[in-house]
Amino acid sequence: MSTPLVLDVAGLRKSFGPVEVLKGVDLKVAARELVFVIGPSGSGKSTLLRCLNRLEEPSDGSIKLDGQDILAPGVDLNAMRRKIGMVFQAFNLYPHLTALGNVTLALRKVSGKSRAEADAIGTAALARVGLEEKAAAYPGALSGGQQQRVAIARALALEPKVMLFDEPTSALDPELVGSVLNVMRAMRESGQTMVVVSHEMAFARAAADRVLFMDQGLVVEQGTPAEIFGAPKSERLKAFLQRLRHEEA
Amino acid sequence: MTGLDRFLDTFVNLAVIAKYWPMVLDGLALTIELALAVVAAGLPLGLALALLRALQVRPLTWAIVAFADILRALPPIVVVVLLFFALPSAGLKLSGYQATWLSLALVLAAFAEEIFWAGIVATPKGQWDAARSTGLGFAQALAWVILPQALRMTIPPLTNRTIAVTKGTSLGVVVGVQEILTASLTAMDFAGNASPLLLGSLAYVLLFTPVVSASRWVEGRFAWKR
Repeated sequence: MSTPLVLDVAGLRKSFGPVEVLKGVDLKVAARELVFVIGPSGSGKSTLLRCLNRLEEPSDGSIKLDGQDILAPGVDLNAMRRKIGMVFQAFNLYPHLTALGNVTLALRKVSGKSRAEADAIGTAALARVGLEEKAAAYPGALSGGQQQRVAIARALALEPKVMLFDEPTSALDPELVGSVLNVMRAMRESGQTMVVVSHEMAFARAAADRVLFMDQGLVVEQGTPAEIFGAPKSERLKAFLQRLRHEEA
Repeated sequence: MTGLDRFLDTFVNLAVIAKYWPMVLDGLALTIELALAVVAAGLPLGLALALLRALQVRPLTWAIVAFADILRALPPIVVVVLLFFALPSAGLKLSGYQATWLSLALVLAAFAEEIFWAGIVATPKGQWDAARSTGLGFAQALAWVILPQALRMTIPPLTNRTIAVTKGTSLGVVVGVQEILTASLTAMDFAGNASPLLLGSLAYVLLFTPVVSASRWVEGRFAWKR
């Protein structure tokens, strides 16, 4: 690959007690790339994402962000996390803060911006997700789709090198999924590097550069959406896709 | 004298009330002072202990849990008596006022620690995830994201417990603190009449009814905005 790697993960392992959830995962993400991760539940997709910004501590392996080893002893964890945006299935907005307050908290407390500076950046981030007019609203007054877009703005405002999406639409009513996917599509078009764990296969087909299929803690197969969805090689991927089609039918 | 007359003469004797209300009023002033001192020490200490417990350092956690469990298990009067009568033999002499204050402050701290801790634990784990993922450190996440939510949840149980513990100021009676109850009983002795007890009861109602209404206002004020 000619473009520089934003993320370079090698031999990543994670055990919870006696259960090994990740059994040596490799993942390379180039700048401006959208990598999609699919797989049955329990395959380790979410754990992989949570290891990438050390919300979970990997048991073994290496993770490099922009060439920097983020598992090295003495690494500035908080500075590193600022470069990795994360969006959660359950949104996890702060209920005691307005939409703008959610977006600007880290800008003010971590990046040390003044309130005026932070508000300007935060307002711009909310505009990017189409919610500028909801800046003063509390999460309780927003729909699920709006909440998730605020959560995306909260991560975007820090201008991360890479954005991680952990099943961003799984908790949404079907009619609200589209608004979130539209925002993600726009981010992709603006060149944001993204790793997305999701079951939105249609979105993967349309927007992903590369699709990884995970099962039982390993990357079983990867390729372009056409390769993965059109010509799956492994039996496990074929069975997984078959089950999905069955569910969709 | 009819039964009713006898009752009124004993418990609502206006002459006795006129003579002894200043004594009970002094008791009320002392009770307010003592109660404020208990709250001012007990709540911050309880919060500090809950925050220390959030660090999840094992020996520290054990010590805090032991403190909270023991002081919640002991009847407050036992703590008062222990501190007042047992500490002097350890070379530390406390006045009745100090012993009552310290006992109630410790008991309130024990309950408050458990309530604050419950609030911290009940705040969804996803809130930590979100805060930490944006680069907030442990202390920052606790201060700006977790505590504001935890404190809101704790307001109703905390006000209840604070009222219950501050009413324990009446335990000062066993170590000679001139608070409402002691003052009423003393006046009762002097007068040979039970009417000061009515004054004492009135004083308690006067003191705690506004506190209860205030707590209701605070709970409403801190409900989630939409």
